[in-house]
Amino acid sequence: MVQSLDRSQGRAGGISVGSSDAPTFTGNKALQIEEPLIFEMGQPGRCAVDLPEPPKVKDRLNGLRRAGEVGLPGLSEPQVVQHYTRLSQKNYAIDMGVYPLGSCTMKHNPRINEKVARLAGIGDLHPLQPISTVQGALELIDSLAHWLKTLTGMPAVAMSPAAGAHGEMCGMMAIAAALEAKGERAKRRIVLAPESAHGTNPATAAALGFTVKPIPANERGRVDLAALKSALGPEVAAIMLTNPNTCGLFESEIIEISKAVHEAGAYFYCDGANFNAIVGRVRPGDLGVDCMHINLHKTFSTPHGGGGPGAGPVVLSAALAPYAPYPWIVKQGDAWTVAEDGAKVDGKPLGRLKAFHGQMGMFTRALAYIMSHGADGLKQAAEDAVLSANYVMAALKDVMTPAFEGPCMHEALFDDSFLKDTGVSTLDFAKAMIDEGYHPMTMYFPLVVHGAMLIEPTESQAKEDLDLFIAAMRSLTERAKSGTAAEDFKAAPRYSPRRRLDETLAARKPILRWRPSNSPPGGDPMRQAAE
Amino acid sequence: MRYLPLTDVDRRDMLARIGAKSVDELFRDVPPSARLGAKVAGLPDHQGELEVERAFQAFAAKNVSPAAAPFFIGAGAYRHHVPATVDYMIQRGEFLTSYTPYQPEITQGTLQYLFEFQTQVTLLTGMEVANASMYDGSTGAAEAVLMANRVTRRHKALISGGLHPHYRGVIQTAARWEGFDAKVGKPDVEGLEDLIASIDKETSCVVVQNPSFFGHVRDFAKLAEACHAAGALLIVVVTEVVSLGLIKPPGEMGADIVVCEGQSIGNGLGFGGPYVGLFATREKYMRQMPGRLVGETVDADGKRGFVLTLSTREQHIRREKATSNICTNAGLCALAFTVHLTLLGEAGFRRLAELNHAKASQLADLLAAVPGVTMLNQSFFNEFTVRLPKPAAPVVEALAAKRILGGLPVSRLIPDDPSVANLLLLAATETATEVGMAPLVAGLKEVL
Repeated sequence: MVQSLDRSQGRAGGISVGSSDAPTFTGNKALQIEEPLIFEMGQPGRCAVDLPEPPKVKDRLNGLRRAGEVGLPGLSEPQVVQHYTRLSQKNYAIDMGVYPLGSCTMKHNPRINEKVARLAGIGDLHPLQPISTVQGALELIDSLAHWLKTLTGMPAVAMSPAAGAHGEMCGMMAIAAALEAKGERAKRRIVLAPESAHGTNPATAAALGFTVKPIPANERGRVDLAALKSALGPEVAAIMLTNPNTCGLFESEIIEISKAVHEAGAYFYCDGANFNAIVGRVRPGDLGVDCMHINLHKTFSTPHGGGGPGAGPVVLSAALAPYAPYPWIVKQGDAWTVAEDGAKVDGKPLGRLKAFHGQMGMFTRALAYIMSHGADGLKQAAEDAVLSANYVMAALKDVMTPAFEGPCMHEALFDDSFLKDTGVSTLDFAKAMIDEGYHPMTMYFPLVVHGAMLIEPTESQAKEDLDLFIAAMRSLTERAKSGTAAEDFKAAPRYSPRRRLDETLAARKPILRWRPSNSPPGGDPMRQAAE
Repeated sequence: MRYLPLTDVDRRDMLARIGAKSVDELFRDVPPSARLGAKVAGLPDHQGELEVERAFQAFAAKNVSPAAAPFFIGAGAYRHHVPATVDYMIQRGEFLTSYTPYQPEITQGTLQYLFEFQTQVTLLTGMEVANASMYDGSTGAAEAVLMANRVTRRHKALISGGLHPHYRGVIQTAARWEGFDAKVGKPDVEGLEDLIASIDKETSCVVVQNPSFFGHVRDFAKLAEACHAAGALLIVVVTEVVSLGLIKPPGEMGADIVVCEGQSIGNGLGFGGPYVGLFATREKYMRQMPGRLVGETVDADGKRGFVLTLSTREQHIRREKATSNICTNAGLCALAFTVHLTLLGEAGFRRLAELNHAKASQLADLLAAVPGVTMLNQSFFNEFTVRLPKPAAPVVEALAAKRILGGLPVSRLIPDDPSVANLLLLAATETATEVGMAPLVAGLKEVL
């Protein structure tokens, strides 16, 4: 039984000696080391690199030499290694276990991807080397492009967007460009998006000057086709739709939707965040999609890296392909070339979205993943992802409350009605999962489901690990429903490197950088407390 | 299929628990006309690690790596030595395979290094606040213009002819589709451009680069004053962030927003990405910033900790009213930057900058002695422009045939402008050697 913390006494003071929360002299707890900021560690005279004395030359800086110190701390190499290793141990990660963060596809990140991205002939290339010296790099990009086009059944792909949201920008700009070419850009100012859409969808449309109109969902969690049809008209530029949608459901009327959209003269933007559920089994091109971004960091396993970098290539229909942004990688005879800004191509590029040629490091990793899986393995991965989500759904549906009737695709969505009158919120429940050794699922998204809990196990978890996760979730629901554990849940997490953090304070009095004045002398406050 | 843990027995048991006869039943919402019976046609099946690695070695063998040739290309991407510790650290699974730190209790590692990163960026740029990074410098520059438009409620940006042409292109693309004016100066080959006279009461911002695309080091203090007098913001772009170890930071020149490409610290060339954009501004504009921000707070036990903050600016909360549609930063590249800069420290960073300047000076002196080569820069950091007696593009190709990567012909990025056809942009970092400079000089003498 978890010992409840006496919050009235604050800090660790309410814990009896002998409990797991007993204070230590250093403030550390075995492998959990309290770690100061680098700015609190440095000493003048320490340096972790050995660089030669620069040759004496005449200064050619136009008299603009930097005066005074930059203010960087000096550390030795072992200190730097220890510091960042300790920090790393305060993170949860896919490499540690189940990471069921819905909508994020936290699948295994294979290390061969990292290895091949670091080959000198790939990782150590300048983007503006003579084209004749980077033929292999261009071939690599085109190989990935070929896979993406074939898997989606689309004729073209813009490779340069740096992330999913950047891909959305690219796709919606292509739609704006196509409308402009038809002389309709001024009159088609409305973009339709379901209320359950990712926040990036309305943000992207609004940035491009479109007015976003929400379309409602039906009781099955899908787009209400009748409502959509009545919203369509000569002022509508596009619909932005995620499929499988953010409720983890396949839009079963998708073909009717795309038909209606096209008949109204609008375009169909598909948010491909959830492509992992259908890759190898469904080609978005067969659904009438005009463009779709692919998050290489979701479906194709490039590492999430603590929030990036990502990559968001956009596949384009024949109607939008001419507007793909620079650069275009083109094969001329046996040689590859790059059509850069201003170059004549068979189209009217919408411009340039990013310096150079895109996220090459991510292309390499994604291609290594794709080649490892092959056409057969990608299909199996999608099926296993869907199977795992349905398994979790089936195993929890009697104790939690599924938001919609099944089957789901790659993620299982629950609402918080099973927590009604328990005093435990979705947030509390999520934080309690942390104490059980799990990263919480996505919570409070999609917005259309009350207290949403979106669980995406992915295909990467063994059945026995899913079974333990399910057992832990069942145990938590039991405790929550016992009616006596609300305070326990509110106090969670207890065993993580930090307990709940005061986000209101952070936003009310923002401290976005270290300054000598906001650091207590001697470093970390916890060290002080221990002394 | 080494990445898939489920066995056929597992799959059968799981289907039984679900109450489905086959996995096809789970896909029953897919319209029949869109169901692929078999796998996607025309693509190969799975392969072992050995076969995959061989395929990538074959790609690599068709490229000429700077590791194998005298190398002098910069133009927004710089080849520096990255200490082994950096790559080791970013490959730790706890960093590599973690997501955006939405659950701060179990992502303090990411949050603390981003807080360190934000602080480092403010110190380098001489600014007050910085965000947790952008996709790269070029997209950061476009976001800076959009931010200036929000702050000033104006819609006219003035773009220096000394700005990297790709950055200019990204801003122009945003201008075209997001609806604002971007007035672009002529290529500022000599570094003498004066934008002050072009500022008016409708100008939202002026975007300059230091050192400029052509390598010139400029003082923008007077330009900053003129911007502020007209109610506009000064945006300073730095594509070679190592220069900030030697050159007066933009914050001390009066910049309102500073955007840097951070690739030079910690991140390899990588054929152009992923890189890491640094974005810094004044405290008074903090709430107009795009991107993620990490802030300090305390936890329930009163211990210091870090969280993502001011998220009411962002798309997942504000949706169509967000300051930007961005939700990704360049987390792992930011970690590489932070680890490398921590290894360098004050002394190492300054010495690295000195070394770059010295190497470029040596190269400049050697090239100035080549007949027909004219140096265009009075000032530079580690990169400068020379005028050749003939078009630079074929010269660079001829050097490449000798396995010398001898700079960037400016015409590649500024096509259709005869005035830049003969210009060659060259960079020398600490990785350049005198042994490598000799073949470049000899090669140029032969080719010219």
